[in-house]
Amino acid sequence: MLMLCKRIIPCLDVKNNRVVKGTSFLDLSDAGDPVELAKRYYAEGADELIFLDISATIEGRKTMVNTVKKVAKEIFIPFTVGGGISSLDDMYNIFRAGADKISLNTVAVQNPNLISRAAKMFGSQSIVVAIDAKQEARSWKVYIKGGTVKTPLDAIEWAKKAVSLGAGEVLLTSIDRDGTKKGFDLDLTNTVSNTVNVPVIASGGAGSEKDFLDVFENTKATAALAASLFHYNMIKIPKLKKYLGKNGVEIREN
Amino acid sequence: MIDIAIIDYNAGNTINVKNAFGKLGANVVISDSPFIWEKADGIIFPGVGYFGSAVRNLDENAKLLKDLITKKKVPFFGICLGMQLLMDKSDESPEINGLGIIPGQVCRFEGSYPIPQIGWNKVEQLNSPLFDGLDDFYAYFAHSYYCDPTDKTLVAATTKYGEQFSSAFWKENIFAVQFHPEKSGELGLKILKNFLNEVRK
Repeated sequence: MLMLCKRIIPCLDVKNNRVVKGTSFLDLSDAGDPVELAKRYYAEGADELIFLDISATIEGRKTMVNTVKKVAKEIFIPFTVGGGISSLDDMYNIFRAGADKISLNTVAVQNPNLISRAAKMFGSQSIVVAIDAKQEARSWKVYIKGGTVKTPLDAIEWAKKAVSLGAGEVLLTSIDRDGTKKGFDLDLTNTVSNTVNVPVIASGGAGSEKDFLDVFENTKATAALAASLFHYNMIKIPKLKKYLGKNGVEIREN
Repeated sequence: MIDIAIIDYNAGNTINVKNAFGKLGANVVISDSPFIWEKADGIIFPGVGYFGSAVRNLDENAKLLKDLITKKKVPFFGICLGMQLLMDKSDESPEINGLGIIPGQVCRFEGSYPIPQIGWNKVEQLNSPLFDGLDDFYAYFAHSYYCDPTDKTLVAATTKYGEQFSSAFWKENIFAVQFHPEKSGELGLKILKNFLNEVRK
């Protein structure tokens, strides 16, 4: 049996140096200062953080690098940065600022080669491929550009390909569930985590402590992500971890 | 005065180790120059990246570094790849030799479990001054390879991932861990603090 702990990951969508969160990728509302929020999650025992720059402009990217530098001085757990990264230079700047991993989404679909170049340069363990998937009949299609543009790619096939190119982790978001608080898409998460031999982060739909338990008990996902749920204190991380631990999930409580 | 020199080999994520020691109030310098390394009371080889390219980037400085560690007995702390570099050889780059300070081989995980191992795992059977004040704890790992030393007496901690592997070494002035203390929360910072105590002895 693997001793590896399941990870609880708050996700911070950042725009113009503010954390924002919307429902189904739209309708953004303000949730605060990214550095302060990161410090709070570090103190509360989050296992990891993910920052997504959703401004996706050159100016936004520069601001993001500064935010990363500030965050890296305050928190001593791993964190991933994604959004608007389009070149090895962008990645290098983010890593040098203190990020542990970078996450690629739209750019990976448009230029899959970048995954393998990034993995060769920085190591697979630091390359996350983010997949936004939406159900269509009995399969899932990949969406890009913040979930606004549909691609012909099948999410399962794309996950396989991304991993074969060198992705060390898959951040899997269900567009159907995102912001609904109806629970993670277990079917999608199960299918992908059974297909690839790298860690899968389940994302989209968490609304209760039970939803986290469900995704860990019923799928091979090794991490689960939520945003507004944590930002607005609807679920407190220490309480969530205690609940999971009590229910037999291997979790870090130190 | 420099407490600690962090070896810059143009690949590792050196800034996080520096940030963590900054938080602990240590005077830390990141440098690729052996002239700086030998001025420091302690040396850290942090890191992520490829075994082969890390050795290649060290180039002729590898011998100077080895002398500092084995002859001058400067307190040395290898983190992740910095632990693996102490070994003779690695499956990751079979054609390139490591520093050869700790006899043994770096092996790749082989199994049906996810590789690389990414996440928090338990560190047990603690036996090193760096773990003073700690009981078995969870630390953050991100790696596909692990060290298999010939001399098991220098194993300072173990961790299970499919199989049991050495997650730390301790031999005199040489300390090494496979996980990332700079990313393992407050307990990780405690380990860095303990190294700082060794350096300031």
